[in-house]
Amino acid sequence: MSRFDVVRTGSAVAGPPPTTPKIASHRSGEANPSAAALAEKFGAAIVRREVIWGETIVYVAPNSVHEVIRWLHDDPTQRYDFLSDVTAVEYRDAEVPIEVVWHLRSLPFRKFLRIKAMLPKGQPLEIDSVYDIYRAADWLERECYDMFGIRFKGHPDLRRILMWEQYKEGFPLRKDFPLRGRFSRSEQLRQALAQNPEARYSMEELTIADAFAELPQDMRDRLNKGERTGE
Amino acid sequence: MGLSTPAEHRTVSYAPESQEGWVATRLDFLVNWARANSLWPMPFGTACCAIEFMATAASDFDLARFGMERMSFSPRQADVLICAGRVPFKLAPIIRRIWQQMPQPKWCISMGACASSGGMFDNYAVVQGIDTIIPVDVYVPGCPPRPEALIYGIRMLQEKVKNERAADKGTRDEMEPDPTSQLYIPPSVIDELGEPFGNSVNQTRSGL
Repeated sequence: MSRFDVVRTGSAVAGPPPTTPKIASHRSGEANPSAAALAEKFGAAIVRREVIWGETIVYVAPNSVHEVIRWLHDDPTQRYDFLSDVTAVEYRDAEVPIEVVWHLRSLPFRKFLRIKAMLPKGQPLEIDSVYDIYRAADWLERECYDMFGIRFKGHPDLRRILMWEQYKEGFPLRKDFPLRGRFSRSEQLRQALAQNPEARYSMEELTIADAFAELPQDMRDRLNKGERTGE
Repeated sequence: MGLSTPAEHRTVSYAPESQEGWVATRLDFLVNWARANSLWPMPFGTACCAIEFMATAASDFDLARFGMERMSFSPRQADVLICAGRVPFKLAPIIRRIWQQMPQPKWCISMGACASSGGMFDNYAVVQGIDTIIPVDVYVPGCPPRPEALIYGIRMLQEKVKNERAADKGTRDEMEPDPTSQLYIPPSVIDELGEPFGNSVNQTRSGL
């Protein structure tokens, strides 16, 4: 199958295509069969399975996430070929870990699966990138890094996407981030006006043009290794 | 010439029989009359105010009546910057640059609560009023303002333009921001303008 073939939703299902239930109960819905298949295949790497409002959630050990999603994408009985979202959840309780969430959709089987991985606080928030499986993960993981500070190992261009690259106040969607930011309004405005976006990008192609010295160190390292950005 | 002007300004006369080809008026009046009735807007629409701005420009409210039908999407050909919508900090240098690209004479209308004060977005990402970035002539309140409100603001701006004096050189000076901080107004004033008010006072800066 080439990458440009049209996938009809539900085309891999024998018989009439599955329909989305109109009324889903809170906890007693029917589980996505992929969850049981995952538990059988990966065993201890599958921490917990839940069905909430008709949607199946599979909690995966953080080290196994890449392997699990790779299998879900490649296996002919699963074919989760569409990554809807990568995001994260932080709870107010300090001891509850941060959850990273992947929303996977199988177009041929018309299935939806939510993968979660729990990252304990107090440790570096790092997890494997799924960029090599889904190109859609590029900006989604950048946004997740920008807002929550979760580092996706293996992402080719992990830098801020919503805030500007020199943003110094932290990660805005974390619970310890004050609503109005950490700096005073005048300092925020001064730093925002100093971002100088025209110096950084050329208009023809969004590449780093000038202001190389102002970039964060990790980005300079990656650029020095010959990596191109903004593509 | 069909203009409704105060009595002391009624110096435009036209009498074909006796004075053909002659118009006697004050230069200020003539220049301001021309400027006020052909303000080309630079629409800087970022949010729902831009929808109301589009409604104002459409046929029901018809901005063409004020000589504003020509939206100038190049700031170099614009007279009035209409900022319709919230401006996040990431856009602050953009709107500053657009303002600096506009040639004199130029004016600015801040349309809506968000552009004027940050509105309901008293958070880490939104500029608390574009008057902290660029000088503003007219503030139009509303969330979003009705087209009538924007037209009222435009009429106020026209009144301001009509009362300008060519002899008053100060009105055409380009304001230069402070070279170190790039701010027009002192930081203490910006902090004061950005202070929470209304329901926002219950949300502390310290977070949890």
